[in-house]
Amino acid sequence: MDAILLQVLNGLDKGSAYALIALGLTLIFGTLGVVNFAHGALFMLGAFCAVTLQKILTLSSVTIDETKTDFLGNPAKVETPYVESWFGPELGATIIDWSVPLAIIFAIPVMIAIGFIMERGLIKHFYKRPHADQILVTFGLAIVLQEIIKYFYGANPIPTPAPEMFRGSFDFGVLLGFDSNAIIYPYWRMVYFVFSLILIGGVFAFLQFTTFGMVVRAGMADRETVGLLGIDIDKRFTLMFGVAAAVAGLAGVMYTPINSPNYHMGMDFLVLSFVVVVVGGMGSLAGAVLAGFLLGILESFASMNEIKAIIPGIDQIIIYVVAIIILLTRPRGLMGRKGVMED
Amino acid sequence: MHGTKAKDTTLLIVVAFMTMFAPFLLNPFPAGSELAQFNAGYPDLMQRFVIFGIFAIGFNILFGLTGYLSFGHAAFLGVGSYSAVWMFKLLSMNVIPAIVLSVVVAGLFALVIGFVSLRRSGIYFSILTLAFAQMSFNLAYSVLTPITNGETGLQLSLDDPRILDGGGPATSLPVTNLFGWEMRESTTIHAGAWSFDLSVGYYLSAIIMLACFYLSIRIFRSPFGMMLRAVKSNQQRMNYTGLNSRPYTLAAFVISGMYAGLAGGLLASMDPLAGAERMQWTASGEVVLMTILGGAGTLIGPVLGAGFIKYFENIFSKINEGVLHGWFAVMPDGIEDLLVAIVYPFVGKGWHLTLGLLFMLVVIFLPGGLVEGGQRMGRFAFRRRDRKAGPVESSAAEKRAASSKPAE
Amino acid sequence: MGILEVKNVSKRFGGLKALSDVNLSVRENTVHAIIGPNGAGKSTLLNCLIGKLIPDTGSVMFDGQSVLGRKPHEINQMGISRVFQTPEIFSDLTVFENVMIPCFAKRDGAFRMHAIGKTSGESDIIEQAERMLIDVNMQDKRHVQASSLSRGDKRRLEMAMCLSQQPKLLLLDEPTAGMARADTNNTIDLLKEIKAKRDITMAIIEHDMHVVFSLAERITVLAQGTPLVEETPENIKGHPKVREAYLGEAQV
Repeated sequence: MDAILLQVLNGLDKGSAYALIALGLTLIFGTLGVVNFAHGALFMLGAFCAVTLQKILTLSSVTIDETKTDFLGNPAKVETPYVESWFGPELGATIIDWSVPLAIIFAIPVMIAIGFIMERGLIKHFYKRPHADQILVTFGLAIVLQEIIKYFYGANPIPTPAPEMFRGSFDFGVLLGFDSNAIIYPYWRMVYFVFSLILIGGVFAFLQFTTFGMVVRAGMADRETVGLLGIDIDKRFTLMFGVAAAVAGLAGVMYTPINSPNYHMGMDFLVLSFVVVVVGGMGSLAGAVLAGFLLGILESFASMNEIKAIIPGIDQIIIYVVAIIILLTRPRGLMGRKGVMED
Repeated sequence: MHGTKAKDTTLLIVVAFMTMFAPFLLNPFPAGSELAQFNAGYPDLMQRFVIFGIFAIGFNILFGLTGYLSFGHAAFLGVGSYSAVWMFKLLSMNVIPAIVLSVVVAGLFALVIGFVSLRRSGIYFSILTLAFAQMSFNLAYSVLTPITNGETGLQLSLDDPRILDGGGPATSLPVTNLFGWEMRESTTIHAGAWSFDLSVGYYLSAIIMLACFYLSIRIFRSPFGMMLRAVKSNQQRMNYTGLNSRPYTLAAFVISGMYAGLAGGLLASMDPLAGAERMQWTASGEVVLMTILGGAGTLIGPVLGAGFIKYFENIFSKINEGVLHGWFAVMPDGIEDLLVAIVYPFVGKGWHLTLGLLFMLVVIFLPGGLVEGGQRMGRFAFRRRDRKAGPVESSAAEKRAASSKPAE
Repeated sequence: MGILEVKNVSKRFGGLKALSDVNLSVRENTVHAIIGPNGAGKSTLLNCLIGKLIPDTGSVMFDGQSVLGRKPHEINQMGISRVFQTPEIFSDLTVFENVMIPCFAKRDGAFRMHAIGKTSGESDIIEQAERMLIDVNMQDKRHVQASSLSRGDKRRLEMAMCLSQQPKLLLLDEPTAGMARADTNNTIDLLKEIKAKRDITMAIIEHDMHVVFSLAERITVLAQGTPLVEETPENIKGHPKVREAYLGEAQV
């Protein structure tokens, strides 16, 4: 029982990331009808927003401290982050410590802007082109984006720790009456899960309760009719692209303490997120979220040693196997509408 | 229609000439000169030209004719390589059994994956093939380690049985050969300042590539090829014309899978090792790019695309900061540094950035690829309307650009 | 006994009864029209005829065999060719290739792998396709890419493709929907011309009375999912039941 619970919890954080990326993919596909292979790159760009902010905050002035010496006997260089000299050492250190959560504020405008530029500059011209062309051009864009990041940040993962107070783990086992240490769950993963839920809730509320959201939902159902009503649907869709980019970006920002970001993380998540979208049902937002969590948890179960002993390697392929079965037996996915891209 | 036949023959002869004389044509600069770095006439690179040419020709039979965009073709290449290396380990260092096995295994593999994937079309097909390829890649890395040797990759070793070659522990690793002709054997011809390498491995690959190219011409012009183009054009009409489109697409898928397997087997024959990274989806993306860049649906396009990409990959990767400074040395210092700073991200290790940009530019501005680009320039230069061009060559490119119908 | 026999076909979608107890018989070598106001169940009936929908009860027999649950290519191989509302042709291929494909399908069946032989070497197919093009007066356009044809020529080409299979039944689904009057008349003339040249059975599903009365030899009037009458055009014209169905009860 406790083992099962542990796997469910372990699956949640990956599931959250899948759900958030898949949500954005679905929004874009549903509203714009575009298959965006660069969406993983947006997730990666978000993560690098956090890296960038961390770098900015730790920009330091170098002073020479005569009282200390380094291992060669020269006077030691001391780096003092500007932030610390401006805000005082204590507040400054706290700001640096909280760089990942702070990056959210930084990432929102950046990601929306990137989304706008992408849609207006590139995607817009591909609405009427075949899906194959959309796949190809966004695939090219994804390569370009990740190579740019690689050029500036190098190929190695960059550690971006969570704030000090979230670094430990929480012992769920004790809370639920199991042995202690049976279910250990890092705080930050909990934060990530809650954050994802808030973000997902936010997107749904936005679509449900605002006029803008209503138009977008109507547009997802029937683009032409909404266009006939005299609503400038294109402008709203541009904004929608920005929102989807921001969602993917924020998912990336908050993911950085779980896995140190590297330039190819977007591609790694993208393939899986596509699978998630397909399993959830093309065009179904709820399906994307549900499938994201389900597959995350499923993947985590498959990596249990007991399961791997029966079917070796199942953890590596479980998601693909599920996707293939779903695509063949129920092409519209778990919650897809009938007739939407069922071919 | 008569024009088409003559055109095809001319094309075949031109390609044959180019491949046979490639060691000379690709080495236009004297050895040791400043420009020698732009020479491409050395065996290793030329082998890659023709082998990836085979890969792209095969991919084009599927994508160019039927419009089904597979994102998992690298899996067949990888499977071909593994099969070939196993043949070298178990049976003989002769390349023939290795190549035959790689084609057969890749074909069977394609039959299974195609049978499943082709039940869907459009983006679902792309995602299915992608999922299968990623799955194969993951498996090759993990569970299948006994067969694939995991991250290290599959290699020859001294104590391999090699039943036909007599076996027994050897003192050094044996070399792949074709009835005694070693693949890495090459003769160097010196002519003045120039030198040319003629290698056995290259000529074997080139001859196989020519055979593949000829076969692809035949397929393009055959009733079968016409049916494949009909699949791309209008599957509904095809079905209501009493034709079952699925066996046609499956046949195309298997053929292109066998081409990929052949390419993989040849890669392993030139250099007997196989790694899982050959199956990664970026590798699948590369063959898509080669085909599109050259011109999907055209005969010569994929060969051009493969050569183009492999050449520039090689050249660009060799350029480093020092070389750049050398180029721009004539400029004033400040401008020199600026130019180097601008160009540097795109060369050397930045080759992939250039590749991605190229990918985008081609899809945006030249959906018909180099062949269409050439035709446009030709039309511009001669200002004549030649509507009699072969039906595939002239129209494929324009259609891709014009058709707003998803390739389903 | 007709070539196409629809017996007691009913189909419901949820609570809606789309077809109830439809009986229909298309006789050989006649032009049979199925007409009815919108929502009468014409397209549901059509979908049952081509195997796309399986009726809840009843049978659809063509030439002595059931068509239910068969795939489109199987139905075509049985001898039913279909003309669509908007011409469905291979727009990326040349006119000549468009006609060759059905000739191949007729000769070789649903699938045959001749990947090496050349299309230009298939003399019987070429001859057949050429004859067909002359028949529909398109021989001068044989090398034109089909997408660049005019709408009328596309329709003509589609007919040629269907006819080159020598179908036992030609099924036309609103062949003049959305056409201007002149185009409609052209299509009528084309169909008349085809009819005059050969023995052919046609089933036309149509709501345009002008088309129906110019072509049909027998007419079935469908209303609310049931056939009201099956008659010759002369007898249909003044038929009270038909007027009722079309004009509504208020005016009767």
